[in-house]
Amino acid sequence: MTETPLALLESTAETLMNKAAIEIPQDYLDGLQQAANDEDGDLSSFVLKAMLENYEAAKEDRRAMCGDTGVPRWFVKLGNEARVEGGMCALEDALRRATAKATNGVPLRPNRVHPLWRTDHDNNCGIGAPEIEYAFEPEGDWIDLITVHKGGLFGTDYRMLFPSDGIQGIKRFYLDSLMAFGKRGLACQPAIIGIGLGGSKDICMTLGKRASVLRTVGSKNPDPRIAELEAEFKSLGNSIGMGAMGFVGKNMVVQCNIEVGYCHTGGLPMSVHAFCLSSRRAVARIWPDGRVEHRTDPDWFTPYMRREGVEWAPMVEAAE
Amino acid sequence: MSVREIRLSTTPTAEAIAELRLGDVVYLDGLMYTAREGVYMRALEERANIPMELPAESAANFHCSPAARINADGSFDMGAVTATASFRFAKWLPEWMEKSGAKLIVGKGGMTSKDYKSYFVPNGAIYLSTVGYGTGALLGRGVEKVEAVHWNRELGLAQAMWVIRCRKMGPFIVASDLNGDCLFERENARIAESGAVQAAYAGTKPAVLKRYGESDDRSDEVI
Repeated sequence: MTETPLALLESTAETLMNKAAIEIPQDYLDGLQQAANDEDGDLSSFVLKAMLENYEAAKEDRRAMCGDTGVPRWFVKLGNEARVEGGMCALEDALRRATAKATNGVPLRPNRVHPLWRTDHDNNCGIGAPEIEYAFEPEGDWIDLITVHKGGLFGTDYRMLFPSDGIQGIKRFYLDSLMAFGKRGLACQPAIIGIGLGGSKDICMTLGKRASVLRTVGSKNPDPRIAELEAEFKSLGNSIGMGAMGFVGKNMVVQCNIEVGYCHTGGLPMSVHAFCLSSRRAVARIWPDGRVEHRTDPDWFTPYMRREGVEWAPMVEAAE
Repeated sequence: MSVREIRLSTTPTAEAIAELRLGDVVYLDGLMYTAREGVYMRALEERANIPMELPAESAANFHCSPAARINADGSFDMGAVTATASFRFAKWLPEWMEKSGAKLIVGKGGMTSKDYKSYFVPNGAIYLSTVGYGTGALLGRGVEKVEAVHWNRELGLAQAMWVIRCRKMGPFIVASDLNGDCLFERENARIAESGAVQAAYAGTKPAVLKRYGESDDRSDEVI
């Protein structure tokens, strides 16, 4: 079994930090372009046009898209046969080093501080920062590094709903979140809205967050009834008369992604997340032979990740 | 689309400010400093001496932490700059405005018309909002030079007082005027009047388990 070289993982991670901060992913850009084309509110049209110019300026100058460069974090996915030179703790060190170096190098804004003492190491590292989360796939010797620099303040909410709240209750909490964070443009919309339904409380937040940052514009949940809800929620969100910066307009939601997890029989926990106008995500797949392939689709929610059965049996799952 | 574009000094005359109308697009020239909770607490609560001549050098307070670094040789690199939400600073702004003579508060999302009427207007000040948010790269292009960084050791890079020389830095949108009117409240009122919000909510129902301290009035500004 060949190990993937640590130096290659670290240098790739640094490149990803840079790409995430500077280059708007094509799927989001296409979505925003479409929004700009059909927007008829004067002020919100002006805003969308300025954003499109801003993406160009960022790429031309190789400078960050937004002054608030978010809170960098990592999602790592490993094929079952992947091995890291030095082991997984060495990989965590490498990701922390890449985060610190890129914060100074790009430069990014050193956003991470201690919650109480407000200590700032000026490098986006600290207790629990950056977050590094892991997942696995049944086959392969590759390692996917995914970095996401999501904004940290507005656009996210959680609520414990119950089965009697039903779809109408879900809609209401969704609209409430858009209204509360859409006013004055606090959510930096139009955004990729991620909704987490189910799971336990913490996992409900995680599902919604991942739905917004790890799925692309144009993607669909494989459950056709959930996919229908995604489309319905997108148009519902765009029907409230609000657009960019909370100005009169019709573009709040570039995409609505819903992810579900099994929850307590008495509950229906729900979370809503907004991934902003600078949807910073970058992905690379690294093989032990030194190949590196960059992309912008994390491809996180695979059939394996959404499996329902006790054991992974791809043929049975596919037939269901 | 009829958007007026205006070049404005960061030490603007009273006449220049009186000219501005809600929704005008502004580009700034001159010195601007960043100040947010860190600077306000240090200057107002800890009574530290403000390390600039205000408002002679600058009457423009940017609610911003830049994506920037201080190089080993003491020079600066500033990539992108955008604003952070201003409503959280209402606690310090009246005293800050009095002390600093700020005429332009530049930030994200504006304040309430109550804030504007009670201390912006009496001080001859208005609010400029960044666009987007945020056009960090475009605003970064408007940074001619970083003149200084104050209180970096005490507050860290994100909360430090950055002094920026702006050259046609923008776009910004005029979000309050000398009547104390608020662009965002005007837009919110238009959205509320359109009936679209009620239509979207039609058929939905309040959660079975209530939460304390919330507003159920969708015309509420919630800030």
